[in-house]
Amino acid sequence: MKVLVTVKEVAEVADDFEIEGLTIPEKFLEYDLNEWDDYAVEAAVRIAENRDDDVEVVAVTVGPERSEETIRMALAKGVDRAVRVWDDALAEADLVEPTATARVLAAVAEAETPDLVLSGVQAADDGFGATGVALAEHLDYGWAAVVNDLELDGEEASVRRELEGGVEELTTVSLPAVLTIQTGINDPRYASLRGIRQAQRKDLDVRTLDDLGLDPAVLDGEMTLSGMAKPESESDATLFEGSPEETAAELETVLRDAGVGAE
Amino acid sequence: MSDGDVLAVAEHRRGELRPVSFELLTAGRELADDLGGDLHVAVIGGDVDGFGERLNRAGVEAVHTVEEGEEFNHDVYAAATAALAGSVEPSVLLLPNSVNGLDYAPAVATRLSTPMVSDAVDLTVADGLVVTREMYGSKVETTVEVAADPVTVTVRGGEWPPAEDHGDAEIIPFDVDVDEASMRSTVRGFEEVGAGDVDIGEAEFIVSVGRGIEEEENLELVEELADTLDATVAASRPIVDNGWLPKNRQVGQSGKVVTPTVYLALGISGAVQHVAGMKGADTIIAVNTDPDAPIFDIADYGIVDDLFEVVPELIERFA
Repeated sequence: MKVLVTVKEVAEVADDFEIEGLTIPEKFLEYDLNEWDDYAVEAAVRIAENRDDDVEVVAVTVGPERSEETIRMALAKGVDRAVRVWDDALAEADLVEPTATARVLAAVAEAETPDLVLSGVQAADDGFGATGVALAEHLDYGWAAVVNDLELDGEEASVRRELEGGVEELTTVSLPAVLTIQTGINDPRYASLRGIRQAQRKDLDVRTLDDLGLDPAVLDGEMTLSGMAKPESESDATLFEGSPEETAAELETVLRDAGVGAE
Repeated sequence: MSDGDVLAVAEHRRGELRPVSFELLTAGRELADDLGGDLHVAVIGGDVDGFGERLNRAGVEAVHTVEEGEEFNHDVYAAATAALAGSVEPSVLLLPNSVNGLDYAPAVATRLSTPMVSDAVDLTVADGLVVTREMYGSKVETTVEVAADPVTVTVRGGEWPPAEDHGDAEIIPFDVDVDEASMRSTVRGFEEVGAGDVDIGEAEFIVSVGRGIEEEENLELVEELADTLDATVAASRPIVDNGWLPKNRQVGQSGKVVTPTVYLALGISGAVQHVAGMKGADTIIAVNTDPDAPIFDIADYGIVDDLFEVVPELIERFA
């Protein structure tokens, strides 16, 4: 069995940051493995650990050289090998639409022919939440989105989908399938020192669009980023200022007025 | 953009239309006005006649009813929506940015070769459709121009008021041929989660804790505060994901909706999914070190400080 897990290195912005035109300067950004993908990696590695048959776990990312740090983290956690897709066309694209990212990932998946693809529900930076399902559609695979429990049973995946309002949907999906993984499905491990050392020796294959048989025109989208701003604060909160003793005293008054602490 | 029509697809679950369905009608009507087109609505599966009647709100030209299954199944929804889009030829396809919306919208967009923009919080029309959406966990607001017709857009719940007045739409049954071979998923049922010792939905005073608590051991401090105030402990998603508190304590879109007299949010940034579960509290108080945290936008009172400094002081005052 082969499991492909899609990962993305995402940017997190500092508490205090500035916007210059349509970008946030690098000095305000920190990069990390997308939180949802961390859970997907863990789910993939657990499948490999818990099954009797041989399971190969392959991670794929679309990202610049810097993102190798992130993908090495996935390798350190037990992923067997990794593929990174990047070239000038990807580097120059202002906004790669999720359906285009899905097309690139689909080219990797077509070469790998996995039985199962695990993907985070969404990326913490652009938050489109669309790549996994679009990937399934490109591959003509079944899928399930927002999965918070997963069991494999022969040719089927039994999943729970986390709906709104504390309701879960129980669904079965035929394999091969793409599942988008919600946080909380497991408890992602930390990479051990041994894992980190081993990760350095694992294969990290770098491919261009051309290697995948894709024309750079697959990136040509119809969406243009036209504005970027900090949302205007709508706050009309009364802010208590001063030392913790002072602010706690103000808070006590508000709480007592609302009936808190009354016998 | 041409004088295009808008096609909005309603959402229902376990026999009820979900509120976002009526919000989509408002967003769709505004957009259709800007585009000079008609608003079409589709409802797929369940009691389509009853749903169709309820979706017949002012400004809706036609309600297309697709009798196909009882509950949401993305294979059916993707097939039906793509077929309807082929028939109605809308300029904009509006779907809810819900868990189920995200389970089929990208498939529809891929099938129709349209761009897809998710989680819209505002929609305007210039040379093309202009979509306002957020990035980096609501810290940045962006506008995206889409020069395509049609476009698939998912709309965030709670951003548009629900359409309320009854209308005079034409109700049109639509037959869709769902290819059995394309059905790869089967919905087996539903389960309520989060039953447990405490129902935070009934609590009068809530002390809620988020990522700012940093370590599981620090929950003791919050529990001590809740004991002192005779309040109930709740949490935002990351705390529950970490297994530090059970699922029945989670406040938010995928957890419980709470309506206490006082909601004291400690170290909670105020992600939109969390706010959806607690904005109905009478008094919202936030303690957070980040003055730009979105929680302060909806708080009545706020303290920009370390919760580990403020909470012990507060315990002392009520002890």
